[in-house]
Amino acid sequence: MLSYIIRRILILPLILLGVTFLIFCLFSLLSPMERLATYINDPSVLKNPQSAQRLIDKYHLDEPFPSGYVHWLKSLLRFDFGWSPTANQPVWEAIMQRLPATMELVLYSIIPVILVGIWLGVISAVHHNDILDQFIRVTAIIGWSLPTFIFGLLILFIFYGMLGWLPPGRLSTWAQYIVYAEEGFKNYTYFITIDSLLNGRLDIFWDALKHLIGPIITLSYISWAYLLRITRSSMLETLRKDYIRTARSKGVDEKTVIHQHARKNAMIPVVTVAGMMIIRMLGGVVITETVFTYPGLGFWAASSAQQLDYGSIIGFALLFAFLMVVGNLIVDVSYALIDPRVRLE
Amino acid sequence: MNRIVKKLLSNTTSLIGLILLFVFVIIAVFAPIIAPPLFSDPYQIPRMSWDTEPQPPGFPLSDDMIFIYESMGEPIIRDKAIFGTAQGGYDIFYGLIWGTRTAFRIGIVTVVFSMLIGVILGSIAAYFGGWLDELLMRITDIFLSIPFLVAAMVLTTILGRGLDKVMIALVFFGWMGYARVIRGSILCAKEDVYVMAARALGVKDYSIIVRHLLPNTIFPVMVQASMNIGSMVITAAALSFLGVGAPLGYADWGQMVSFARNWIIGSPGHAGEYWYAVFFPAVFIVLFVLSWNLVGDTLRDIMDPRLRGEL
Repeated sequence: MLSYIIRRILILPLILLGVTFLIFCLFSLLSPMERLATYINDPSVLKNPQSAQRLIDKYHLDEPFPSGYVHWLKSLLRFDFGWSPTANQPVWEAIMQRLPATMELVLYSIIPVILVGIWLGVISAVHHNDILDQFIRVTAIIGWSLPTFIFGLLILFIFYGMLGWLPPGRLSTWAQYIVYAEEGFKNYTYFITIDSLLNGRLDIFWDALKHLIGPIITLSYISWAYLLRITRSSMLETLRKDYIRTARSKGVDEKTVIHQHARKNAMIPVVTVAGMMIIRMLGGVVITETVFTYPGLGFWAASSAQQLDYGSIIGFALLFAFLMVVGNLIVDVSYALIDPRVRLE
Repeated sequence: MNRIVKKLLSNTTSLIGLILLFVFVIIAVFAPIIAPPLFSDPYQIPRMSWDTEPQPPGFPLSDDMIFIYESMGEPIIRDKAIFGTAQGGYDIFYGLIWGTRTAFRIGIVTVVFSMLIGVILGSIAAYFGGWLDELLMRITDIFLSIPFLVAAMVLTTILGRGLDKVMIALVFFGWMGYARVIRGSILCAKEDVYVMAARALGVKDYSIIVRHLLPNTIFPVMVQASMNIGSMVITAAALSFLGVGAPLGYADWGQMVSFARNWIIGSPGHAGEYWYAVFFPAVFIVLFVLSWNLVGDTLRDIMDPRLRGEL
């Protein structure tokens, strides 16, 4: 087991290196001048050809492939991702400032799906009935066909436009004033829902939650439909296996059969799907945050893309690729934990 | 093949999917008759007025526009926006009808090209095996390490705005799934007797792959492709929605939705006033993607040997 995990962790840097190479290739499609724009915070420098050339030399932007790549990698290792005109701050700072908002959204979207979705899927498989089956099948297909940006707009339309319950953004103006400007409010985790509780401000907690519910539903509805469906069908298949019949005929009580014997084996495909879902969510963040003008990484990346702020979106892509590679590693390891056959390969 | 067609036609869900698809094909083919173009470039959505805010269904062509078209010497064919206008006076009905062509083009072109790349790389990796397999599969892993939408967004931003750029980006980051599927099936199939027989007879590698292995292994890939058309169209629409896709005024469903974005909430006291600006584009996108998914879902059930006999 341990050797499997170590082997997987050792591959990690190789894949990351490959990803940086791929992104560097994309980056190289831009001219040195355009790439230079990602490093400077004063566009007027570009107008003077001499100073621009000096900077291109300084950042090694027109060097041929191998050394250009190495210099670029070195700057990444120094966390020098360039300058983001969209955020008006260095790319790395912009990322770190927006990361908590996005993590808060993503974590709150993933955890309920995995806990409740699996539970519901198991329940619906055990109480096998056709109406529920049809319902899950149809919602899964419709959920699959409903693009995130349309679903999000729909939520905004109903729950903000019509009912006024779930406003866009991250905090109302009065709460922003308290959280960001007032002295007394302490940030421990930068998750506003948690910090507000630690500061004993229930009103701010409620406000933050109201702003989060819409994005959470939008980001996770596809996963709900999909995970429920996979858990259910996998559980049904497992319950038909011979060893389950054996266990039942030995007189093992139904609870133990379902939770000890069947569920663990039924989880194997579910883990794969859960991993895929988390990865889809990383992409979904961009759209969800844009729909709800939620000030996280995705919203920033979309605005950067519109303004051709290459430095920001390269930095964003690198970060998300990193998160995805780490996410894949976690999925593979939990896969090995559940299914001993994987370790032997 | 006959069995599959019969199943597709006898299953209610896939029948609904096929009928919807047929309707969309009709719309795309007869677009010039349903919504006659005003300009030499039919994909440019005509504007009914200069208004910033959307205008309700049945909105007539404004006087300034009539004046402009007359002075351009263009005959005025349509005088009402049946579905209303989007922000900037763009005719929603026109955009949706011609957008159907755009959707088919995006879906089919990107899926065909990414399938082609995936099948070529995947079958080479599986057939020759060894270090070549290892190399190609690690490259596949690397391409899979960037979330699809993020990767497509980055490449489109770098290449510049335009539908062709969007399609290049979708193909460039869309082939990996096919490569993996075809590799898996060929790895199984290449141990079969008929392949060994062909090899013993001295048939060239290239014709073993193309004439013996692919006909036996391509079907799951085609099922996957039919299911992917919908998601490719969604991704392209999402890019347009984010503002990095189709150029301004191009007949594209994603752009129609992005036009509606700022108006979704309505004006104070009139919640949902501009419902039509998002409703009609949403209906078109959802039904289009749904129809492909319904057909693809049934195809997958037919292909799944575990379910054979149950359907």
